[in-house]
This record gives sequence, structure tokens and C-alpha cells, in this order.
Amino acid sequence: MSAAEAGLMACGHCGQIMEHRDGPIACPRCGGSVRPRKPASLSRTWALLLTAIILYVPANLLPIMETSSLLVTSRDTIIGGVVYFWHSGSPGLAALIFSVSILVPVLKMCILAILALTVQFGWPLDRRQCITLFHVIEFVGRWSMLDVFVVALMVGLVRFKGLAVIEAGPGAIAFGLVVALTMLATHSFDPRLIWDSPRRALG
Amino acid sequence: MNHLCACPHCDALHRRPALRRGEKALCVRCGSVLVRRHRLAPDHILALVVAAVMVFAIANAFPIVDLRIQGLRGGTTLSGAVAALWSEGRQPMAMLVCATTQVFPLLDLGCMLALLLTASRPGRPAWFGPLLRFVQEMRPWGMVEVFMLGVVVSLVKLSGMATILPGKALLAFALLTVLMAAILSFHPHQLWNEPEHE
Repeated sequence: MSAAEAGLMACGHCGQIMEHRDGPIACPRCGGSVRPRKPASLSRTWALLLTAIILYVPANLLPIMETSSLLVTSRDTIIGGVVYFWHSGSPGLAALIFSVSILVPVLKMCILAILALTVQFGWPLDRRQCITLFHVIEFVGRWSMLDVFVVALMVGLVRFKGLAVIEAGPGAIAFGLVVALTMLATHSFDPRLIWDSPRRALG
Repeated sequence: MNHLCACPHCDALHRRPALRRGEKALCVRCGSVLVRRHRLAPDHILALVVAAVMVFAIANAFPIVDLRIQGLRGGTTLSGAVAALWSEGRQPMAMLVCATTQVFPLLDLGCMLALLLTASRPGRPAWFGPLLRFVQEMRPWGMVEVFMLGVVVSLVKLSGMATILPGKALLAFALLTVLMAAILSFHPHQLWNEPEHE
């Protein structure tokens, strides 16, 4: 039996159980505002997720790093960095960067969209697997910041006036925002909604 | 109603289990972790937090690496890298890096220090609840371990074009990553259910 069915609700901050109310009330133990479910969970998730998906286009098309040395200026996109590592004899690093910068963000946005659609339309997916997927995207989301940190370090490290300078490209900002937005979208999604849907109450 | 607890992921109602140190309880309905109790006592975590604050200071004060290209020397501290981003007009990115690698981890350590120092005493101050909620909200945004991986990737990337000498901060960051991992595995949430005297 769920807490909601028992006429109870839990504080999302400290876990304290109290009687179910529709409006927000202050938790008697920690003082936090308590509601039975996260407010406007689905619409917030959708808004953040769609913004992230739109920003993901410039994040991949614009350069994340601009290297200028005496002779040449080169612009690297995310996929360009992967190709560079692959050809320069570090396939392991190429695979790592491919996973955290391309695979993880795309999978994360897909999974979140599937979970939100499942709640919205009552898709008959296995609920336990949905929760597992939710834990996975919660855990891996932050690792996508890797490329942003690499660019920041390169910019800070390589400052040789007249010889070589590395600058951050606009793609890096877009990509950083994609990671932040998908993290916020995951946070605003309430996984308890997966179990609430009345259509699958027996399943 | 203190004998009950609800799964934060599926809302299933359970009788609150009595856990020994190092044990965790799983939700019978969705399989998520329902409650956990850390292997270490809050006092031990407090010691780790104090150590991490000192290592954090070292990690930010010294250069991460020294770089040499054809007689020219370069090197940067973490704040130097943030300043370089800022000065070239990438303020949003500078703020993102500064927040995730400096501000949030330091806030996390500071808050944990305050929480752990007061948790063992009878009667908790009025700010205990709000501070605990604050730590839980901002915790996902501290990314010291991701940054550490970023350092490794950058070094490999630069190793082809320059001579690299590891700086003092590199070791400190490695140590900080380990300490943070241990501290972050202690969810402040469990302070609510920690018996006050044992």
C-alpha cells in the first residue's frame, strides 16, 4: 500500500510521515514544505527537457574550443575531440569522452522523455524497470560536465602569448547548460507518479 | 507516526526498519534504497570533513600542473582557470565551473561541519532543519570527482605538445576526490534517525 492510499504523506526532505493534505504544509520535524507529490512535476520536467533538447543542437554544432597557435587556428566540436583522441592513439579516452558527452546526454534525454510519456499517457511499461532507469539517469547525469571542465582547464593552462592560446567556444556554454538543464529536469520529475497511474493499478 | 516510512521513489508504506551501522533497507515494491545507515558514526564523518576542508584549501591554493613549451612556462590554479574564462568573455561558463568545483563543494563541507557538530547534542538549533534541506538540494551540483577526471583528460591531451610537471594541487585534488566520495556516501538525511546517544 502506498502512503497516499493510506491517507498519509512523507516529507521529501526528512522522511517524516504525516496526514495527507492537498495544500502544502510545514513539516513538523524539519520545517520544510511538504506536498503529497512534487508540484507541477510533469510540466516542469517537460519544459526543462525540451529546452535542453533544443540547446543540444548548438552544443554539438558550435565549437567548444578554439586553439590558435603561430600558424593555424583550429576549432574543435565535441565530436571533433572524440575523433582527435581516436586518431592520436588514445581510443580509451575517445570512448570515455564519447560516452559522457554524447551517449549519456542523449540517453538521459530519451529516458526522461520515455518516463514522462509513461506517466502522461499511462504506457504499460514495467514500473520497476522505470525506477531503475530513473536511478541510472540520476547517477550518470553529472559526469557529462567532463568536457566543460576539460575546456576550462585547457583555457587556463595554455596561455602563451604569441605562441598558443586556447579559448572556450560558444558550444561549451550551450553544452554546460544542457547538462545543467537535464539535471534540473531529472530533479523535478517525481518518480512516484509512475506508480500512481490508475490505469495500471493492478499491474 | 515515527514507526512508519514511505519509499521516496514509489511511495510504498513500510514499517521503519531498525538498522545497524553499514546496513540498508530496500523497498519491497520498487527495489530502491529505502533507508540506509552509514558504516561510520557521525563523529568519524566529522573527522573526514575537517580533513577535506584542509585538503580543499591546498587544492585551490597551488597550481594543478606546470607546463613547459619551448622554454616558456605556464601553469594554472583552479581559480586561475576560472579567471581566464571570465576575462575572455565566457562569464556563464566561468560561473558554472566556479560553482560546481569550488562554491558548492565548499558549501557542502561547511554545512556538513555545522550539522555534524550539532547533531550529537540533545536539542537541535532552529537552523538545523533548513540547513539540512539546503545541503540535500545543492549536493548534486558539487562535482569534484568529475573535475578530477577532467584534469586527467586535459593532461593526456596536453602531453603531446608540452612537458608537464604535476603541481602540488594535483595530489590534493586526488585526495579530495577520495575524501569527498566517503563524505558524500553519508546522506545527511540519516541524521534525523540517528539515535542521539549510543
